[in-house]
Amino acid sequence: MGTGKTIVEKIIGAHAGKEVEAGDIVIAELDFMMGQDGTSPLAINALKEMEVEKLYDPWKVAMVIDHSAPSPLEGVSALHDMMRKFAKEQGVKLYDIGCGVCHQLMPEQGHVVPGNLVVGADSHTCTYGAINAFATGVGSTDLAAAMASGKLWFKVPETIKFVLKGKLPIGVFSKDVILFLIGQVTADGATYKAVEFTGPVIDDLSVEARFTISNMAIEMGGKAGLMEADEKTIRWVKEHSNKPFTPVKADPDAVYEKVLEYDLSDLVPQVAKPHTVDNVAPIDEVMGTPIQQAVLGTCTNGRLEDLRIAAAILKGKKVNPDVRFIVAPASKEIYLKAMNEGTIQTLVEAGAAVVTPGCGPCVGTHNGVPSDGENVISTANRNFKGRMGNGKAFIYLGSPATVAASAIEGKIADPRNYLTEGDSQWS
Amino acid sequence: MELKGKVHRFGSDVNTDYIISGKYKFKTLDMNELAKHVMEDLDSDFYSKIEQGDFIVADSNFGCGSSREQAPLAIKYAGIGAVIATSFARIFYRNAINIGLPVIECDTSGIEAGDQLEVDLKKGVIRNLTKDQVIRVKPLPDVMIKILNDGGLVGHFRKYGTFNVE
Ligand code: SF4
Repeated sequence: MGTGKTIVEKIIGAHAGKEVEAGDIVIAELDFMMGQDGTSPLAINALKEMEVEKLYDPWKVAMVIDHSAPSPLEGVSALHDMMRKFAKEQGVKLYDIGCGVCHQLMPEQGHVVPGNLVVGADSHTCTYGAINAFATGVGSTDLAAAMASGKLWFKVPETIKFVLKGKLPIGVFSKDVILFLIGQVTADGATYKAVEFTGPVIDDLSVEARFTISNMAIEMGGKAGLMEADEKTIRWVKEHSNKPFTPVKADPDAVYEKVLEYDLSDLVPQVAKPHTVDNVAPIDEVMGTPIQQAVLGTCTNGRLEDLRIAAAILKGKKVNPDVRFIVAPASKEIYLKAMNEGTIQTLVEAGAAVVTPGCGPCVGTHNGVPSDGENVISTANRNFKGRMGNGKAFIYLGSPATVAASAIEGKIADPRNYLTEGDSQWS
Repeated sequence: MELKGKVHRFGSDVNTDYIISGKYKFKTLDMNELAKHVMEDLDSDFYSKIEQGDFIVADSNFGCGSSREQAPLAIKYAGIGAVIATSFARIFYRNAINIGLPVIECDTSGIEAGDQLEVDLKKGVIRNLTKDQVIRVKPLPDVMIKILNDGGLVGHFRKYGTFNVE
């Protein structure tokens, strides 16, 4: 057995001030913490009950109003109000309605950099693993304890490493990769474990596309979804943050719980069928399933690249008249860029309804709740029964390209029929 | 801590959207209100079947999905005494301890709906009174026992002002 360390062991060790290995339980110093509008109000209440008057370091905290934004109901408005007041009192950065989804904002606004230890009161906090941070989701009371003390306890997880070989074919994207992997290992294939993604397929992807993969590590139960930082990562992070950072690499003799290798050169577009994310099928199996709503956005696939892929497919075409096509850019910055370059115009001309940057209809609070018996195809990360606000609807998950192609045809469609060699830069 | 009650049986991968749907959790912090909708999409009148102290028993990966603490809270406020499963999703497990809901990991294959159980958390055993069986329980890590003993993480911080678990 080697004695080398994984990325996780190194990051947690550096923040605990001692050498650690998988299985150890330690208290570690946090670099940043985040709460959203579904979880912050409970954290604020917990702080009150803990009798904490001042946060340990308000500069290390951000709160985001994205899940139900703008507020659709009085009850939600009261919770938002509570967050705004708290942020002002404590001097915490607040991203109000329209700024975007928390998991887009944390890296985009420069709060998270490689080597960081970050917690967020939202399960998809694992997204920032794509830029080499150990980032994990916690609940509201943990967030409160973290805000109060600047620290949190962790059990150092073992790591499962995925080595992804080959080259993705045209029309197959990072979303297809992660759906495929979740289908392989199932929804609890990595419970209590960290996951590391490496190999030529990851190297080829843009940083934006890598976020999609780390975002969904939790859908196989993963505590974090890490990648090493390469030149692309470093360039991307420097464009978004002034914070100093040191990337963390795994030792060549690091000890892994498991190493899984896949050659993805022949991968086809993948779709997760209702009602679990690991219920994954190749596109052929679901092609032709009628859909009534198509959703492009969320913290998984609401980035500029995602909107561009959809626009490339929809340019000069029309969304099927029986389909509502809802687009939610993941942040205001993305929205503006997509507007300036004409991407939003292309989508709207094709028939898209663009909603406020944020979570959009992802979690069923507003912005497009499906009706009984309806089928939805979405770029989101979860398709649980009731996820979009109606337990009698059916949610399919696919890449932005698959969603765009399906929106045109009014049924689940193969995006490869709409893309040519020239579109390969988006893979 | 001794718990006693009857079993409500669920399968694998019971996710947090089933435990409490997102459409409710954003509306209010009133946990008694949220508790009425617990497990609604799996069993529409589940709440009305619960007697104080009953158990939820499930297979693997209980509580997967979102980080919403409203999930263990809704279960606790619905009157459930403990959740017993073969395995739990990590965030749910932590949240449950933090809010003071006992979560117990053990082999649940022999437990059926309606069985009467007696749980001794301290000794780490479950007695299935209906089937006359004893089931061994996986012990909690020390840090969690400490937090549970303080009545959850809020109690722990009130007592110490910070983490005091090492
Ligand atoms: S977009 Fe969906 S998955 Fe992402 S943070 Fe918002 S609700 Fe959660």
